[in-house]
Amino acid sequence: MMHLTRHRLELDDLLGEVQSPERGGTCVFLGTVRNEGDVTGIDYSAYEPMAVAEIERILAEARTRWPDARVILQHRLGVIPAGEASIAIAAAAAHREDAFTACRFVIEEVKKRVPIWKKEMHVDGSTTWVDPSGKPVAEGLRDR
Amino acid sequence: MGKISVRFFARYAELAGCTWSHVNVETPTTVADVIARVREVFPGTQAIPARPLAALNLRQVRLDALVTEGDEVALLPPLSGG
Repeated sequence: MMHLTRHRLELDDLLGEVQSPERGGTCVFLGTVRNEGDVTGIDYSAYEPMAVAEIERILAEARTRWPDARVILQHRLGVIPAGEASIAIAAAAAHREDAFTACRFVIEEVKKRVPIWKKEMHVDGSTTWVDPSGKPVAEGLRDR
Repeated sequence: MGKISVRFFARYAELAGCTWSHVNVETPTTVADVIARVREVFPGTQAIPARPLAALNLRQVRLDALVTEGDEVALLPPLSGG
């Protein structure tokens, strides 16, 4: 499965990658574009080869920590309207605890490590780059 | 002199006026020195923080990481995926 896509995320495709009869617990995380204020959608861009490499490193770490679990993720890029999902993660394990923990691990690592950026699109046609805290980036850019 | 590829993304690409270019520096050097050279060549990037997130050949690195001819350095705005 491609980790980056410009199409709508299809949950059944992810579930098909991780579910099996020996895995009794499946946990799904969906990140969805919010309609905060006058935001109509978000334009997601990425440093694509690094994003793919970093996602593969995160999934490899998850495999090491939870060898019997299966975890998969897809991140959507391009313009995503409010209400549609930008990221989907599915984790399946023998029991629910590992499924929840592995899923949580992957989304938290994605937030910290994968080079993807959001540009909010507003009703009036203007756009705003977003920083990790969710606040618009002002002139004094914050980095570290 | 060594040729180093540099990549800009999101707001930093807007400031640089391009998404990809290269700079010539004495190699081996460090990511910090490549960024210093970038600031000279692309004046718009002077608005980027002095110590931005940076990647070397597709991995986030510290700014003292060593850079050699042919490497790719990317300046990364604050990550906001998910």
